Amino acid sequence: MSDTTANPLLTTADGKPLKAALARAERRARYRAFLLVLPLLAFILITFVTPIAQMLHQSVYNEGFTMHTEIGSGERTPIMVNIKAWFDENPAGTEPGEAAFAALAEDMKTLRELRAAGSAGTRINYERSGTRSMFTKAARNANKIEPPFKEAFVDLDEDWTDPALWRVMRDASTPYTMNFYLAAIDLTKSPDGDIESVAENRQVYVTLFQRTLFLSVLITFLTFALGYPVAHLLATLPLRHSNLLMILVLLPFWTSLLVRTTSWMVLLQSQGVINDALVGVGLLGDGNRLQMMYNQIGTVVAMTHILLPFMVLPLYSVMRPINPSYVRAARSLGATSWTAFWRIYFPQTVAGIGAGALLVFILSVGYYITPALVGGASGQLISNLIAFHMQNSLNWSLAAALAALLLGGVLILYWLYDRLVGIDNLKLG
Amino acid sequence: MAASQTSDAFVEFDRVQKSYDGETLVVKDLNLTMPRGEFLTMLGPSGSGKTTCLMMLAGFETATHGDIRLGGKSINNIPPHKRGIGMVFQNYALFPHMTIHENLSFPLEVRNIGKSDREAKVKRALEMVEMGSFGTRRPAQLSGGQQQRVALARALVFEPELVLMDEPLGALDKQLREKMQFEITNLAHSLGITVVYVTHDQTEALTMSDRVAVFDDGIIQQLDSPDTLYEKPMNSFVAQFIGENNTLEGRVKEINNGVALVQLDDGELIDCNPVNVTKAGERTRVSIRPERIEFNKARLQEGVHTLKAEVLEFIYMGDIFRTRLRVAGNDEFIVKTRNAPDQKRLQPGEHIEIGWLPEDCRALDA
Repeated sequence: MSDTTANPLLTTADGKPLKAALARAERRARYRAFLLVLPLLAFILITFVTPIAQMLHQSVYNEGFTMHTEIGSGERTPIMVNIKAWFDENPAGTEPGEAAFAALAEDMKTLRELRAAGSAGTRINYERSGTRSMFTKAARNANKIEPPFKEAFVDLDEDWTDPALWRVMRDASTPYTMNFYLAAIDLTKSPDGDIESVAENRQVYVTLFQRTLFLSVLITFLTFALGYPVAHLLATLPLRHSNLLMILVLLPFWTSLLVRTTSWMVLLQSQGVINDALVGVGLLGDGNRLQMMYNQIGTVVAMTHILLPFMVLPLYSVMRPINPSYVRAARSLGATSWTAFWRIYFPQTVAGIGAGALLVFILSVGYYITPALVGGASGQLISNLIAFHMQNSLNWSLAAALAALLLGGVLILYWLYDRLVGIDNLKLG
Repeated sequence: MAASQTSDAFVEFDRVQKSYDGETLVVKDLNLTMPRGEFLTMLGPSGSGKTTCLMMLAGFETATHGDIRLGGKSINNIPPHKRGIGMVFQNYALFPHMTIHENLSFPLEVRNIGKSDREAKVKRALEMVEMGSFGTRRPAQLSGGQQQRVALARALVFEPELVLMDEPLGALDKQLREKMQFEITNLAHSLGITVVYVTHDQTEALTMSDRVAVFDDGIIQQLDSPDTLYEKPMNSFVAQFIGENNTLEGRVKEINNGVALVQLDDGELIDCNPVNVTKAGERTRVSIRPERIEFNKARLQEGVHTLKAEVLEFIYMGDIFRTRLRVAGNDEFIVKTRNAPDQKRLQPGEHIEIGWLPEDCRALDA
């Protein structure tokens, strides 16, 4: 041992450096192990990392106003080059003069040739609604636009002089933008480029984020309140009985999500089982049946049920190994059954509560199908709006920005959990 | 300490029965009286009902029938936390999320004892088990023996008069176990507490206890001091369970002047101490301790019956020699002799004659 400090370079029997020999001896095994995980690594890269990276990129990059891609050939042509040049020469807030409108007219001709007015207009329309038709109309009439260009455009539509429109076009003329993130938190830019709130009647996203957060916390709490006693029962019953009960907990888990959600619809709707029963018993008049669906109640009830196993299983896995002698010891030491539970049993289940809560919360923050089916208008979550922008409004950049915010929130939560409880304490089963 | 049936009995089991399923009795008609300050061990094979008795005393199981009294008062309907009984569990049951100090402080906190008082008591209890410097550690950071000491300190810190121990040394290695046996008995006697100790290890029971209750089949087979238990077992179960024992089977031929003449199944006659045989013709199991057997003719008493034996195996064990013989058809007849300079080392195949004092040879139930 003493000569290791004196001579740090150890050698093998035949004089080669020990470190190199060790690395060579283990290299083969390392490569083989790596080959085993390679398929999974590739799978994750292709199906998980790449799409997320693309999504994140999409949320700050939109070339709808700078590039036209021919659908058939895939040929890419830059558009709006003249107006981009004008924006580059003139600082933000410059009153658009004749030169600007001349550049715009030139670009309109290109749009007309390429039949790209719709997509370019759509990009502007994301941030200033009602703009798309102005672009299609201008492009249609591109050949008839004669100097003076400004009057010609105003003749087509008075809004062409709107400073807000020019602010949007200036921002859109470079593909990289933070505007979608601003929009995702109900902010916009003034014509001067200052950040301000959008009009009150158009504020959607912050409210929806808040509602998503609130409902997720509520659902997490409900699954905890319902799941804790069940998990405790599962953990303390003799194995023969607890296996049966476990099947009852897991059975919904194995049933299709759609089936479970629709069965809640059967139960909750105003002509549904619960209302019929209440009316039948006479607790409710036929006229005032409870509205339990297409609102937040529906979302909360159905999601609590569907996410319950994600709470019960981690709880069960921490409760099972807790030796009953801990509680007995506490009782023999003079604790009442409540004190024994609260001071001795409960603290030992915190890791399971943390894991279950994190799991349920993260799942419910991004939940989509159930709120879409039973949520109605007031029970929609942020993911429903993301889906709307993906499928209906086709504003993918905004959808990506919303999704990125959601992802960021979840990551922050995960980080917080790691700081407070420690991820290595996370027991999922 | 002698068994006392006086009115100042501290712990009393009065005709206690326990059944879990309503079909079989785990504890059948248990009667037991313990004076204050006694160290009593419940010894028995697993399933003999000893742990159930302990749990009934602690309050975790209810007696199906009968009365359990503590200091003269029936405790059948007192919940465990009001009994004020300290308990040491088999797996120690130290609360894993608390430090050692918090573990010890817990019974004092739930008794609403003031902080300064608490600190002093915890400190004293930890020093008592020589764990004074470990207060800030968690149970998982301690070795098995250290955890055992802490569990002991925790059961004692609130100064209970009665402490129950459920196989507390079961998880320790042999050396540590022997050390702890000594420490526990010393502590119990110096504090003057009453201890009910459950174990299935007979050596532990013999070395630690004032009295040992041997359990089998839900019944106390014998309740006596360790030496009486070893030297004067009252039935063949106790004789077999406590220590090593040679058994010969036969029939009582006659009983004269307190000596029973037993005819073994191969026809040989021996003199025995009639323990629970009363009349001629009864079947009996004769029990002799291996160290009470003599094969040196010069040392045998005049006129005693001897048996022919063949040496099957000689095992050198250091301090003693262990010789396996064939006696009256029994191939597992063991003789233990001290490794003294003049001791004869028997050779396998040798034919010898063995004998013993009639009072060492106990004719028990068949």
